Amino acid sequence: MLGEGIIQGLVETARNFFGSYVEKDRLTTVQYPEERHTLPEASRNFPFLLYDGTDPEAGLRCVACQICEKECPPRCIHIEKSKDKKPDFVGKQQAYPVVFDIDVAVCMSCQICVEVCPFDAIRMDKEFELSTSNRFGGLLWTKKELAKPNEYYRKIHPVEAAETDERREQELAAAQAKAAAAEAARAAQTSASATPGEASGNGASAPPAKTVVPQ
Amino acid sequence: MISAGTADQIWVTLDHWLVAHTPAPLQTLVSIVISVAAIIVVFAALFALTTIFERKGLGRMQNRYGPNRVGPCGVFQPIADAVKALTKEDVVPRSADHVVHYLAPLVLVGVIFLTYAVLPVGRNMTAVNLDSGVLYFFAVSAATELAVFMAGWSSHNKYSLLGAMRAIAQMVSYEVPLLLSSIGVVMIAGTLSTVKIVEEQARTSNGLAHWYVFTPWGLAGFILFMIAATAETNRSPFDLPEGESEIIAGYFIEYSGFKFALFFLAEYIEMFAVSGLGITLFLGGWSSPVSFLGWIPSWIWFFAKLLALIFAFIWVRGTMPRLRMDQLMNFAWKFMLPMTLITMVSAGAWRFLTPAVVGPKPLGGVIRWLVCALVIFAPYITLARALERGRKIEKRVYRYAE
Repeated sequence: MLGEGIIQGLVETARNFFGSYVEKDRLTTVQYPEERHTLPEASRNFPFLLYDGTDPEAGLRCVACQICEKECPPRCIHIEKSKDKKPDFVGKQQAYPVVFDIDVAVCMSCQICVEVCPFDAIRMDKEFELSTSNRFGGLLWTKKELAKPNEYYRKIHPVEAAETDERREQELAAAQAKAAAAEAARAAQTSASATPGEASGNGASAPPAKTVVPQ
Repeated sequence: MISAGTADQIWVTLDHWLVAHTPAPLQTLVSIVISVAAIIVVFAALFALTTIFERKGLGRMQNRYGPNRVGPCGVFQPIADAVKALTKEDVVPRSADHVVHYLAPLVLVGVIFLTYAVLPVGRNMTAVNLDSGVLYFFAVSAATELAVFMAGWSSHNKYSLLGAMRAIAQMVSYEVPLLLSSIGVVMIAGTLSTVKIVEEQARTSNGLAHWYVFTPWGLAGFILFMIAATAETNRSPFDLPEGESEIIAGYFIEYSGFKFALFFLAEYIEMFAVSGLGITLFLGGWSSPVSFLGWIPSWIWFFAKLLALIFAFIWVRGTMPRLRMDQLMNFAWKFMLPMTLITMVSAGAWRFLTPAVVGPKPLGGVIRWLVCALVIFAPYITLARALERGRKIEKRVYRYAE
């Protein structure tokens, strides 16, 4: 009969109206600032720089190779390479970035910088409450603001971090095995030829005792 | 202790007291100013309340919370909205007709406030007791169409003109059933005065008031009146002139800031005015439905009924999708118009089926009721069948969009 469907519709909306006061399940809205969803593991926002240990300057993994700067589609990364060098986690002498800026107002969160980085130095963050009252300085992040410890990475992306850590441990072990082999070869050579001058020359280029080991 | 009569007449007493304390030459003027100010303040405040009720109510119907950030449970949202509307820039298009563009919202709001003059919001609480109050109401409210078209035309915008044309087509079409559905009341009450119509319905017998909605023609007339009123006020599902998804905001697309707020205000106060007329004509105005509740002040009854009708408007808005233009016109001319004419016939039957014709009260009354109901119900079924004939609802097949 004419008008029957309208009555049915009105009953449905009335049920919603009164039901929403009785059944809490009906209201699916998350009241954002007070309540919040836990973000999925794979969620990502803007990149950050990783460092090992406690010192963001000494432990910074970035070697200023500038691959990310060149690959960045919107060109939001700016790097200035250092003149001097510092040892990396396996003890090899590497350059480091004097300046590392990311303009997050320009960044499009594509993750290409993460994918191209051969040093596991840059990763994607989950932080999304980034509003600032200063739109020029506030969204241009320097090395100091970007550097975050490895523990933080493990916290926000546990699966990815475990995989990276494992790979880096293998690299470190391989480097140490190689150094040990070189040491053994050198010792054998020293004992065979017994030329002290050469031995001390080799010793200078040997890896330093203290290496930063990823935790 | 305030007696029931004092509470009922408290505003009238206050008005008389204020007028009595002004100098004699100014008394007429003060009396007018008080009436006008009271209408504007009360209904503008009701508008503010309704916006928050509507947003929260619609939210609940869609299983959302609605606004709940400003103040406890979002009750100060209207204040935030008002501040926003007042502080926004007032943009007028360069090619617009500036004078007409400026006048349109003022004319719209002014005209709608004029209709409140004849609404009895309580016992002895009518601003002007006109002998032809109902006629005055319809005559003045017809001028809203002019204001709507002024807005649409002067904006010099395709969408606003489309919206204005839709509005005119719709409002002219639905003016007819709106008027015809109220003629039954005028026939039975024998007067065009809104005050007398309410007094007629306030009479009680066996503890029950003589509201016209309790009669078959009154019930049908009330439903038809409210449908036509929804269309007259451009509210969903008849919101084609605004049609956010099609023509953005229709006739007031080029308005911003406070002028936009005036259009918004006009939409709501027109809804209150037309609901107020519906209450006056069919729901017994300020009278209580049963005599033992007569101690509740008359103005509380009026506003309680008004809030109930506002809720019904919100409920319907939360339920139904917008009509298409052809559906709108078919509904007006093929269904609403015949049904209102039939309601008039039924009202005539009610008038002449007196106890002398159908017999003494208890049985005679039932016979009268059933006969009048049949006069409406049988054509309704026939009309519904006729309108649905030849219309097959099938699953729509999309040939090109996969």
